[in-house]
Amino acid sequence: MTGQTINRVGGKGVYVKGNDIDTDRIIPARFLKCVTFDELGPALFFDERFTSDGKSKGHVLDAPEHKGAAVLLSDDNFGCGSSREHAPQAIKKFGFEAVIAGSFAEIFHGNCTTLGIPCVVMQRADREKLGELLAEDPERDVVIDIEALKVTCANTSFDVTMKESAREAFLHATYDPLDTLMRQMDAINATAERLGYA
Amino acid sequence: MGKNLFQKVWDDHVVGRLDNGQYQVFMALHLIHEVTSPQAFGMLKDKHLKVAYPKRTFATVDHIIPTDDQSRPLADDMAEQMIQVLSDATTEHGIEFFAPESGSQGIVHVVGPELGLTQPGMTICCGDSHTSTHGAFGCIALGIGTSQVRDVLASQTLAMDPLKVRRIRVEGKLSKGVTAKDVILHIIRILGVNGGVGYAYEYAGSVIDNMTMEERMTVCNMSIEGGARCGYINPDETTFEFLKGRERVPSGAAFDAAVEKWRSYASDADANYDDEVVIAAADIRPTVTWGITPGQAISIEESTPNPETSPDKALVTDALRYMQLEPDTPIKGTHIDVAFIGSCTNGRLSDFKAVAEVIKGKQVASGVRAIAVPGSEKVDKDARALGLDKVFEAAGFEWRKPGCSMCLAMNPDKLVGDEVCASSSNRNFIGRQGSSTGRTILMSPIMVAAAAVKGEVADAREVFGL
Ligand code: SF4
Repeated sequence: MTGQTINRVGGKGVYVKGNDIDTDRIIPARFLKCVTFDELGPALFFDERFTSDGKSKGHVLDAPEHKGAAVLLSDDNFGCGSSREHAPQAIKKFGFEAVIAGSFAEIFHGNCTTLGIPCVVMQRADREKLGELLAEDPERDVVIDIEALKVTCANTSFDVTMKESAREAFLHATYDPLDTLMRQMDAINATAERLGYA
Repeated sequence: MGKNLFQKVWDDHVVGRLDNGQYQVFMALHLIHEVTSPQAFGMLKDKHLKVAYPKRTFATVDHIIPTDDQSRPLADDMAEQMIQVLSDATTEHGIEFFAPESGSQGIVHVVGPELGLTQPGMTICCGDSHTSTHGAFGCIALGIGTSQVRDVLASQTLAMDPLKVRRIRVEGKLSKGVTAKDVILHIIRILGVNGGVGYAYEYAGSVIDNMTMEERMTVCNMSIEGGARCGYINPDETTFEFLKGRERVPSGAAFDAAVEKWRSYASDADANYDDEVVIAAADIRPTVTWGITPGQAISIEESTPNPETSPDKALVTDALRYMQLEPDTPIKGTHIDVAFIGSCTNGRLSDFKAVAEVIKGKQVASGVRAIAVPGSEKVDKDARALGLDKVFEAAGFEWRKPGCSMCLAMNPDKLVGDEVCASSSNRNFIGRQGSSTGRTILMSPIMVAAAAVKGEVADAREVFGL
């Protein structure tokens, strides 16, 4: 067991619109100078949120009504670009517990899963509808049910999809695979031996 | 039905199946660097774990290292600390470290192949998305996150889902002035930046067969920009010839035995693919980006798109606005401020050779800041031995010390304000080159040279009479 089972996550939601939002936007490279991930929360989307002299650009993440949001909503190919785990780490440290998008870049998706951040895929029309519900009332809860693959908000329910191996891992608390991998040390050594890598 | 290379390498390296349906896959080679790996050693320490296979892991520094003054301690305290943490961790765990001035330091994806650490049939991983570069040798080469770096350090394995394989055949003959960089930019333009999600790309066809290893690395490098999890090319005589005599490659009878084994990994003639795309070489022109994703690319002869007639109006509008470009305007003639030749895409000896040939006797336009950054200490040394540094300097380029440099600008090499950079690197994302308003136009090294000479985006075929 590597952590808690994750089945239902939710809270307030915020919609950061746009396709192809890359990891350089999620966390600019200069914030990668760190030997731990602890301080990354405030750096999330930094250059989108602040001017070079530190003034707020009025980004949706900084809107007072979205303070404390737990669900990040975005569009297609979210998290494309680099393999930097700093991106999901910043998302988590900022306070998000899950991401809903049209699709995800794979390395980013894998990093999120390992950190216990569910990534669920929602169709475009549903994202727009959910965005409207949040615009009407940002206090509304967005609840993701991983077992049922449903997202609900204001009595409206949306179907979502998720990579099956990730869903299994959340439901069985094996999303951090290290312990599971380590348990196979004999098989690992046998494989190394067989391949001449020992 | 035969098997493709991905299936063969995968089957060879699978340790077993995990409860969630994923596979546990052994990693033949693990490369680490100072930006995404030091944190993983901290995670190991927290769990009181050791490195399982320290001899299968190699470290270098590239992302953060300055390219002017590399004397230690570095001027940037945080950069110094990251390098120090990596250096200490490699000592503690018995991992070989290619430190600056060891003669082997450089960008992780340049160093692996040039030492011969990268060999056909391997599974390779590194906390860096452009690990896909190593696929040029017929490897499954994967970029991974830091927690996975930890997994590999501790167990030499990764938990993975299998991938589908798309064969991309590039057939025909490239015309003069069209390079490997143009081939991959063209592929991404056609298949899209998320066209490869869920896939490994197998590049094949006569154009790929005829490429040198350096060119193949350029192609595989940008698989990730096409959304693919990795990309590879089947090993052949070109591959074996490249590896022969390299420092970490066996010699004599052992080499012959290795070649035998390597050859067996190539996709079978009757291999099965999940998808296939054929691209005509004749359609490929020198290609440049106009926007903020590598897929927003056009040939040098074309104009910027019009949002009104584009499928993703919002994205095109935002991209043009950020780039300060008008719709329906020829890309040729776009003013540039900076020219950058380097990175793991195009920072190898062959890239500097190709540029030196064309810029001999030419001058960088006044007002353009032009830098050439070799991908490794070996590239630097070999280039100097050929006098290439002098050719670049005579033309008005600065010749720097090796590193990632302005590809991601974690060191002092950065764009200032909204400068426009003609760049041989692989990403034109907003803010990628160190300024939150900086603008990047991706292109091949000779196209960067042409832009540097003209002070604007130019057609290398015209500028250099190719
Ligand atoms: S050169 Fe650029 S893309 Fe390549 S490893 Fe360095 S930062 Fe990454």
